[in-house]
Amino acid sequence: MTKRVIEASHAIAIGAKLTRPDVIPMYPITPQTHVVEDLAQFINNGEMKCAMIDVESEHSAASAFLGSIAAGSRTFTATSSQGLLLMYEVLPIVSGMRLPGVMAVANRAVSAPISIWNDHSDAVSARDQGWIQLWVESSQEALDTVIQGVKISEDKGVMLPLMVCFDGFTLSHVFEQVDVPDQKTVDKFLPKFSLKHKLDIKNPKTFGPIGFPNSYMYFKKQQQDAMITSLDVIKKVNKDFKKSFGRSYGSGLLDLYKMGDADYAVLGMGTLCGTARVTIDKLRKQGKKVGMIKVRSLRPFPEKELQVAVKNLKALAVIDRHISLGQEGPLVTDVRSAIYCNDLTVNGYIAGLGGMDITVKLFEKVFSDLEKGKQNGSWLFD
Amino acid sequence: MVLKEIRLHGRGGQGAVTSTQVLAIAAFYDGMYSQAFPNFGVERTGAPVESYVRIDKKPINLRQHVYDPDYVIVLDSSLLDTVDVTSGMQKDGIIIVNTDKTEAELKKKLPGFNVHAIDITKIALEVIGKPFVNVAALGAFCALSKDVSLKALDKAIDELFTARGKAAIAQLNKKAAKAVADKCK
Repeated sequence: MTKRVIEASHAIAIGAKLTRPDVIPMYPITPQTHVVEDLAQFINNGEMKCAMIDVESEHSAASAFLGSIAAGSRTFTATSSQGLLLMYEVLPIVSGMRLPGVMAVANRAVSAPISIWNDHSDAVSARDQGWIQLWVESSQEALDTVIQGVKISEDKGVMLPLMVCFDGFTLSHVFEQVDVPDQKTVDKFLPKFSLKHKLDIKNPKTFGPIGFPNSYMYFKKQQQDAMITSLDVIKKVNKDFKKSFGRSYGSGLLDLYKMGDADYAVLGMGTLCGTARVTIDKLRKQGKKVGMIKVRSLRPFPEKELQVAVKNLKALAVIDRHISLGQEGPLVTDVRSAIYCNDLTVNGYIAGLGGMDITVKLFEKVFSDLEKGKQNGSWLFD
Repeated sequence: MVLKEIRLHGRGGQGAVTSTQVLAIAAFYDGMYSQAFPNFGVERTGAPVESYVRIDKKPINLRQHVYDPDYVIVLDSSLLDTVDVTSGMQKDGIIIVNTDKTEAELKKKLPGFNVHAIDITKIALEVIGKPFVNVAALGAFCALSKDVSLKALDKAIDELFTARGKAAIAQLNKKAAKAVADKCK
């Protein structure tokens, strides 16, 4: 392990390198660009033995990702915003074919109006496409989650692609301290990639053929079963990671902060959880019993664990950095559905769209709403 | 040491973002936690830019922009006419301005603040031969704040510029930073 101050994007590139991918299709897009630039540099310097495919679009990046995994290669890629939207057609094909691989998503708003800044619209809107989604808060967690992600994704009981979602700019362009694991420890932690069924010219097989009405639904049931299985795998990999590297992130699914005796709590994903921690420390000094639930795994959604986490709360505020237009924030919908038996007050807030800052002040307002017994959330403009 | 927040004002192309990255690495070599990040726009050359640093002895969880800085560094004094560089500033906070004006003139413009006028451009032209003020300005920060040592700053300059294949400019930047620091004593 070596401690260094590096950019989060660089940390992700190092994380990917440590997993020894065979292939990386890459197509740059702001604010993901530094990730693929750094990987290209590693390959150019000879620090990394890996085939780089310089594709002409994100649709091709996703297609090459699919093809190279199907051929039995460990594969990594990264994208953001409109790039992820261009990949959309391919996303459910990768998961439907049960091809494991990790993609980092530098979360950015989607157009129009054009915004290069952070919110969660890109990946959250892709949550139904059969990919596991892990959301990270810091550069360290980003690096570590790429390594964890490969192990989760390739687990024989899971075999699903996985997105590591990290906030564009708000995290991607931050320089901060990162403890970089050494290659030997990562090699010990990660088994070699092997596929039972792969593309092989000596033993031809068809992948992704038609599923007739009498079979298609069985495939979907198997994918859902694999997602449910992955709940335990994510937890186990997070635990094993701690044994090897000395760090872990909550249960792997949820990360709870000062929830033990909390009356009021906020729930969210990504970097906003860091600012929530600071707010909670401040309010705790004033004697307020407040806490935070960080959702690390959006898919699969840890319903049972959440039910336990909110058991003693008086009210909960869910902060969505995305809106399902015509409804509400998707995260608050998931939370309400998970705890519908509980008569807990759950307020949904929309915040931080298109890079609007999420501040301590905003969290103070949210906690004050909860204390006052307000029954509705709102849009939080800074 | 409690959390210190630094806001750097510059113009697109002046290297404000690089400067804050160097400072974050330097703070790390002094055994502290640090964080540097830009307030990113789609900046063109010459447009006003801001970049931030946080330094603390504890890990830093805060992810909001810097609103109430303890220190402000202004790389181009013409920004004083267009940007409120004192926004959110504590009364005892330190403002370092790269300017050819005197401290008295500057104090008239920024009354009530602890301002330091240093002609960093002049020093950069003498030492580097080019008006590269971004890293040189950190010499003033080290000398005036004493939150980060010049030794750590040198190490950070070496690390960042060597990684970018610019070892020669690292040497010149270290010299310029030292010259600026000396000027502040």
